Amino acid sequence: MVMGTFIGREIILPATKRAFQMLKPRFLAKNPVMFVVEVGSLITTLIMFRDGATHDPDFSFTAGITAWLWLTLLFANFSEALAEAQGKAQAASLRSSRQDLVARLLEGETSRFVPGDQLRKGDLIRIVAGEMVPGDGEIEKGAASLDESAITGESAPVIREAGGDRTGVTAGTKVLAGEVTVRISTDPGHTFIDRMIGLVEGATRQKSPNEIALTILLVGLTLIFLIVVASLPAMASYSGSPQSPTVLIALLVCLIPTTIAGLLPAIGIAGIFRAFKANVVAKSGKAIEVAGDVDVLLLDKTGTITFGNRQAFGFHPALNVTERALAEAAWISSLSDETPEGKSIAELSRNRFSFGDPPADCSYVPYTPQLRMSGVDSKTKSVRKGASDAIETFVGSPLPEDVSRIIAEIGNSGGTPLVVAENRTVLGVVHLKDIVKPGLPERFRRLRKMGIQSIMITGDNPLTAAAIAKEAGLDDFFAQARPEEKMNLIRKEQEKGRLVAMSGDGTNDAPSLAQADVALVMNSGTQVAKEAGNMVDLDSDPTKVIGVVEIGKQLLITRGALTTFSVANDVAKYFAILPAMFVAAYPSLSALNVMHLATPKSAVMSAIIFNAVIIPLLIPLALRGVRYRPIGATRLLAVNLLVYGVGGIIAPFVGIKLIDMGLSALHAF
Amino acid sequence: MTYHSISQMIVFFLVAGLSAPLVGRYLAWIYEGKDTAVERGTYRYLGIDPDSEMTWKTYGQTLLASNALCFLIGFMVLWFQGSLPFNPRHLPSLSAPVAFNTAASFVTNTNWQAYAGEAQLSNLSQMISITFLMFVGAATGFSALMAILRGFVRSRGATVGNFWKDFFRFLYRAFLPACALMALILVEQGVPQTLKEIRTLHPVDGGTQTLVLGPVAALESVKNLGTNGGGFYNANAAHPFENPTPLANMIEMFGMLTFTFSLPFLFGRLLKRSRQALAFFAVIWILYAGGYGLMQYSEQSIAPAIASMGVGSPVSEAMTPGNMEGKETRFGITQTSLFSNTTIAATTGAVDAAMDSLNPIGIGVALFHMFLNEEPGGKGVGFAGFLKEAVLAIFLAGLMVGRTPEFLGKKIEPREVKLAMLSSLVTPVLVLGLTGLALLLPAGKAGIDNPGPHGFSEVLYGYASGNANNGSAMGGLAASSPFYAVSIGIEMLFGRYLPLLPLLALAGSLVRKPIHPRTAGTFETDGFLFVVLMLGFMVVVTALTFLPAMTLGPIVEHMFMRTGGAF
Repeated sequence: MVMGTFIGREIILPATKRAFQMLKPRFLAKNPVMFVVEVGSLITTLIMFRDGATHDPDFSFTAGITAWLWLTLLFANFSEALAEAQGKAQAASLRSSRQDLVARLLEGETSRFVPGDQLRKGDLIRIVAGEMVPGDGEIEKGAASLDESAITGESAPVIREAGGDRTGVTAGTKVLAGEVTVRISTDPGHTFIDRMIGLVEGATRQKSPNEIALTILLVGLTLIFLIVVASLPAMASYSGSPQSPTVLIALLVCLIPTTIAGLLPAIGIAGIFRAFKANVVAKSGKAIEVAGDVDVLLLDKTGTITFGNRQAFGFHPALNVTERALAEAAWISSLSDETPEGKSIAELSRNRFSFGDPPADCSYVPYTPQLRMSGVDSKTKSVRKGASDAIETFVGSPLPEDVSRIIAEIGNSGGTPLVVAENRTVLGVVHLKDIVKPGLPERFRRLRKMGIQSIMITGDNPLTAAAIAKEAGLDDFFAQARPEEKMNLIRKEQEKGRLVAMSGDGTNDAPSLAQADVALVMNSGTQVAKEAGNMVDLDSDPTKVIGVVEIGKQLLITRGALTTFSVANDVAKYFAILPAMFVAAYPSLSALNVMHLATPKSAVMSAIIFNAVIIPLLIPLALRGVRYRPIGATRLLAVNLLVYGVGGIIAPFVGIKLIDMGLSALHAF
Repeated sequence: MTYHSISQMIVFFLVAGLSAPLVGRYLAWIYEGKDTAVERGTYRYLGIDPDSEMTWKTYGQTLLASNALCFLIGFMVLWFQGSLPFNPRHLPSLSAPVAFNTAASFVTNTNWQAYAGEAQLSNLSQMISITFLMFVGAATGFSALMAILRGFVRSRGATVGNFWKDFFRFLYRAFLPACALMALILVEQGVPQTLKEIRTLHPVDGGTQTLVLGPVAALESVKNLGTNGGGFYNANAAHPFENPTPLANMIEMFGMLTFTFSLPFLFGRLLKRSRQALAFFAVIWILYAGGYGLMQYSEQSIAPAIASMGVGSPVSEAMTPGNMEGKETRFGITQTSLFSNTTIAATTGAVDAAMDSLNPIGIGVALFHMFLNEEPGGKGVGFAGFLKEAVLAIFLAGLMVGRTPEFLGKKIEPREVKLAMLSSLVTPVLVLGLTGLALLLPAGKAGIDNPGPHGFSEVLYGYASGNANNGSAMGGLAASSPFYAVSIGIEMLFGRYLPLLPLLALAGSLVRKPIHPRTAGTFETDGFLFVVLMLGFMVVVTALTFLPAMTLGPIVEHMFMRTGGAF
């Protein structure tokens, strides 16, 4: 995404306003923990009014507690509003890119112009060079070069054409060349952008199973602390130190896990938003989370692990032929070969030996699939490069033994041999092979450390597949795979209890995409594939699925870390509040006041202020997410437990002490 | 501590620790093996199909129904004791509240005794309402645990075993033989085992002395092996006929741990993961031994107020000095601390000293054990509770590894968290709720004998003990008053079945799930970190729940005692 992710005034202000709107009980009831805080705040507010009317000396204390309780709620609401606003701002700037789009709607033989937002699913439109694509759809006829930078930020034009697996076009992109007829595939309000906005605004954002489980845990803890506090008045009275409702409510709010409950919605929204920033649009928040659980990653070889085409890799001259001579012959015979393979041969030859200009006055024989070779004819010589059997026919005699051996070796290593001949002489063999994308072995090592097995799927023979899998550092491969076998493979892994992720684009991928637990579909892919998958990559980068896995993991880690922190905080709060409550009745309990807080009132006040202030302090962490490091689950847990568990125990001791010192300095209580 | 104390402690820990894997292996063999002829005969006689597997619901219903029937029989026998046979001393019937309390107490394996055994119960009552229910309670607990373990062991299953099969296999092949063996050893140590009830003696100083005898050794063995705790005599294991020698004391402690310590190893065996068993055992053992260490430390110190009176010095060189109030001189500080810690941690509730007279830290340790009730806890349900704790700890912290938390390959999802949480709610609701209620109501306050924090501790202890199905008590609480008899009676039933049913449901939910293979992304639950995590989670969550109550009880009493005061 090209737009920035800054948090400026235009986000802060509406978020603040929304934080107040979200105080409505109807809204807070969705978050049981914060709802308890709201009920507590209402009660202390009433007590505050009573104290004010009766000029009770406790008025300033009750008022202080009341104010900080409401602030606790506002801080929690603000974190959610902020996350929403961030997502909405990004979505809005995206949406603005597609306003005022005009579509040329085809109706039988005629056509008329309509606004882009009136297009319905199934409408047929024509787009010509220089025009913007007015809606998401699939090319039915023609081919075009498109500028998709508006949605992907990638300036290199891409080709989309009818037939095959690259038929998808997205609203807001621009046709640079060509003319296409497009069938609209979504109704207004159902495009990716709309879906994204819906997810962020919570209209369609359903809690993921994990979020539900965590909410249950938090509600359970809240119930436990409710019992603790509810049983306390009887115990305290028996012990000769009855407690005021204000102090009891303050204790309750300090104990229940407000920190994580307040930040939980923001964490979820921020997760979706992070995926969106990586140009991945998920159909639901759940899809992103499930990505964190993936055990097996299925990757297509072509386009994902290797570049789309085979490339020249080396020259193997025949006996008594120099490498230079072979390279030169390969070069000139490939000048008329427009296929990527041919181009790569010409490029490799020139890079190695820097030849001059191609010879003049000669006639080129371009590559055709029928001929299966290309070359050049001049007065003195006739040079050809092509498949071994084609060259054999060309030279009119069986290939020399050494050349045959080289061909066999290349074939065994998973490569493709192309033979070069001049007149009746075989000069040698060009070694073509799949080139593995740079950086992949490192990424697969990273995946392995996460506990994810990567499996390559290819239609190649096992030999070729093994060679590439080894080079790319994959764990396993599945050769000579047909689409239906891919699906069986997914089923088999799932039966073992594993979760499978894959990326794909073609219609024939659709059944597997639907079967997989996480299916990332390329935006360039067909509509059927997009429907089958659960997220779409606007960049059409199949390796992006690795990044999505990390976002999913980050989401879960952030939730776990803040929950642990929240619960660990309670220890210090007890040490602040319990001595404050009972020191009047039992002076020997002052030994528990390890923080040496000034007075019982300032102790309670400091705890409640810490409890409130920690929420905004943690908003940046909730939005950014706790960093995921592939260092093995046990080590990762050890590190996080140390930081958020042990840290969570220590931090409030420091924080509460500092606040208490501040309050004492102000002579507040 | 003296050389004697230390060597006794080490020998005991070694015997208890080293026997645990062996017993666990034996139990696994029982449950995984085939029916014996005796078992087949029993099934035929009772009309049970041992091969029909039960869902968690059927299992739970069978468990509840069978226990309800046993409870009813036990209650009736006590209530109509006066009109029933085998009552040579013509003892009257028990009052309805006390009969209810006692039947509830023994069917739930609590063995809270609101009656005085030798003075109030006939032979029939001792046999049916006490000993029979002791067997039922313990075997039920182990059966429930087996169902829960199957939830983890089985992959994509639907059923959790057959209640009757689990019940009788444990009873016939583990419980009864072990009890018989232990009874023989105790008889050798001097524990009576006779059907003659009364013996009248004429001591040299004139007058007559009446000794109540009976099948004490038999009851003593099931009392400890089944972590029941209800004594033949009111003084329980402090009575010389129940617990005559230091060796008998050791054997009885060992009995409490024989089966309970072996459960991690039984589970490890079923899972075929012995390292996992060690990790579970380590957590349980550290909490158990830590409690003992604290108790020993606390009992070795003499309250300044008592020390200033010049009492509390040891009676012999071999004895560790310390707080001897309420202790038997034949056991001393070390054996008493060991026994008290073991009986509470294993929820036996038998006592060989007055819990009321422990120093506040000792009482705090006992309370903490009862709040947790899982280290090792009693008769199967303790370990089941431990697994629930593991589910919650792993869910909470396991998120921090970046995937849906898994425990032993089973994904922990909303349903599991809900059920584990439901089960966890029972202890705070019952203990804190009822303590609060008792302190609020005149009937509750009237039953408290001691003033201030010590009296507070007595009430808290009573409800902690009832909920934990422990059965020990601090004296001073009027346990047989209708208020406490009924409220603790109800609490024992709730404390037993309310946490257990969600755990059976949890097993029913887990059993359907596939066992997820371990990868580098899985948090290994058989290592050091797991032990630390479990210890941290169990201690912190329990402390957070009970700190206010503990503050008003043992903590303030301890603080006060340090400054030379007493309540």
